[in-house]
Amino acid sequence: MGLMLLYALLPLVWLLLSSTKDSNSLSTSFGLWFGHGFHLFDNVWNVLTYDDGIYLRWFANTLLYAVVGAGGAAFISTAAGYALAKYRFRGRNVLAAVVLGAIAIPGTALAVPTYLLFSKIGVIDTPWAVLLPSLVSPFGVYLMRVYAIGAVPDSMLEAARIDGSGEIRTFFTISLRLLAPGFVTVLLFSLVATWNNYFLPLIVLSDPQWFPLTVGLNQWNALATGAAGSGATTTGFYPLVVTGSVLAIIPLVVAFLFLQRFWQSGLAAGSVKE
Amino acid sequence: MSTTHPPAQSTPARPTSRSRPVPRSGRIGHGSFGYVFFAPFLVVFVIGIAAPLGYAAYLSFFQDRLVGGNVFVGFDNYTRALGDELFRAGLWRVTLFLLVQVPVMLALALLAALAIDSGRLRWPALFRIGIFVPYAVPAVVASLMWGYLYGDRFGLIRQIGDALHVDVPRLLSESWMLASIGNVVTWEFVGYNMLILYAALRTVPQELYEAAEVDGAGELRKAWSIKLPALRPALALATVFSIIGTFQLFNEPNVMQSLAPDVISTSYTPNMYAFNLAFNGQQFNYSAAVAVVLGGVTAVVAYAVQARSMRKEQSL
Repeated sequence: MGLMLLYALLPLVWLLLSSTKDSNSLSTSFGLWFGHGFHLFDNVWNVLTYDDGIYLRWFANTLLYAVVGAGGAAFISTAAGYALAKYRFRGRNVLAAVVLGAIAIPGTALAVPTYLLFSKIGVIDTPWAVLLPSLVSPFGVYLMRVYAIGAVPDSMLEAARIDGSGEIRTFFTISLRLLAPGFVTVLLFSLVATWNNYFLPLIVLSDPQWFPLTVGLNQWNALATGAAGSGATTTGFYPLVVTGSVLAIIPLVVAFLFLQRFWQSGLAAGSVKE
Repeated sequence: MSTTHPPAQSTPARPTSRSRPVPRSGRIGHGSFGYVFFAPFLVVFVIGIAAPLGYAAYLSFFQDRLVGGNVFVGFDNYTRALGDELFRAGLWRVTLFLLVQVPVMLALALLAALAIDSGRLRWPALFRIGIFVPYAVPAVVASLMWGYLYGDRFGLIRQIGDALHVDVPRLLSESWMLASIGNVVTWEFVGYNMLILYAALRTVPQELYEAAEVDGAGELRKAWSIKLPALRPALALATVFSIIGTFQLFNEPNVMQSLAPDVISTSYTPNMYAFNLAFNGQQFNYSAAVAVVLGGVTAVVAYAVQARSMRKEQSL
């Protein structure tokens, strides 16, 4: 078990240490210790200011895609899961089956078809091309359905009805509060999915101004290794890629550490009821 | 709210679902609010999943010809895909990957979940979170990082090998690349799978263990006779998700392509092939057909595995 922990964490330690090195000591010093000089702040400064601060722009884009995409996905999934769990309506079982089937369709399988469709209708190279697909989370609907069955008692809904509260008002004022832990779980997993999203933005965006971090970082790496076509390898980019990677990881890791309680209980709900 | 009596809820709800024709005054109207709450999802589902899939399927039946323009060609694109060496090579590559990487990863995840659940570890939370952390790292960052670790320029693995006087193989060479990618994927997802299995283990009633202990069962015996059977559904779920992920492999090889352009071709995995056909080759129709075939193969294999595990479940 100790070995597994090392396996999981050592590469990240390497990444952190490497972000304190300049491009010269990156290739000359030992990977698991500091190099000569502490260049972390220089590196961060370079990352943030390179190309008129394009990294900050990518960071903001990622934040936009993640917050709007994951927030929207969590909200839409919650409402849909709630509908399947708490309302009897014609076609409910069919819709539930469709949701279950859609879980098995991974985002990467949809990227090429989405690109084909979106280029046809002309939303390619706009933030919408990234945002719209990320609003769909069949797994979130499934999870919220399971969660809503247990968390929102029918008797409470009946009581609200008798008290004259409309369905929508009941949802926003009472049910949503009871569903909060499930909501946060879905939010977290959608957050990971959108923050880490690479294939879709890579294929639907061509203007670097709209890139998320993942696509941007990979572009820098291509510059560093010379794969971008210019021929000459520009090793000066390596510290940028390494430090930029560290900065890109931090928000999610922090979010996961602080919201542990939620994703752990959510995972439990998702895996048990299968 | 607290003044209403519970009996009010159970009786009238029933008949509405069975003999639904005429809603009885007011009471049943709320059923249709299900549509209201479901509608937003339906909209994004159509835009994000149904329409792209439908459009890709539609495209796959056409071809852009120099003479005659866009013409319906039936299954021509499909027969071409099935006979396409590049596509088949990619499919074979991910199948090989599937047969090795998925079992290794799930075995490691299972081991870790059992170890944490056994209660014999000091600081179980440290292990649980530590092993899970890589899941929060974007695939792009993970691939770049491991790519550097593998590489010659400042590869840590080579440094360690040199220090220990061990000959490290060239991990970015053709014969090692698939294993190297497998390692990246394992690193990313072993913790996630561990958590799924661990969560399932937590639902085993404590009394079962106590009863087993009374019968003199040790830790290993308990793992074999109680925990493994209890894990079966979660394990099946994890397997199906891993299979799907493997067939759709894209991010890792795509990122590592810039580190080893000679080894990773544009058709290294079926998904990379579909991407490059559409994006760099402008062969939209053929790309759509490749994507559809890939999706079909994925669905069939995933479904077969699931059906098999369910049959096993029933025979127990």
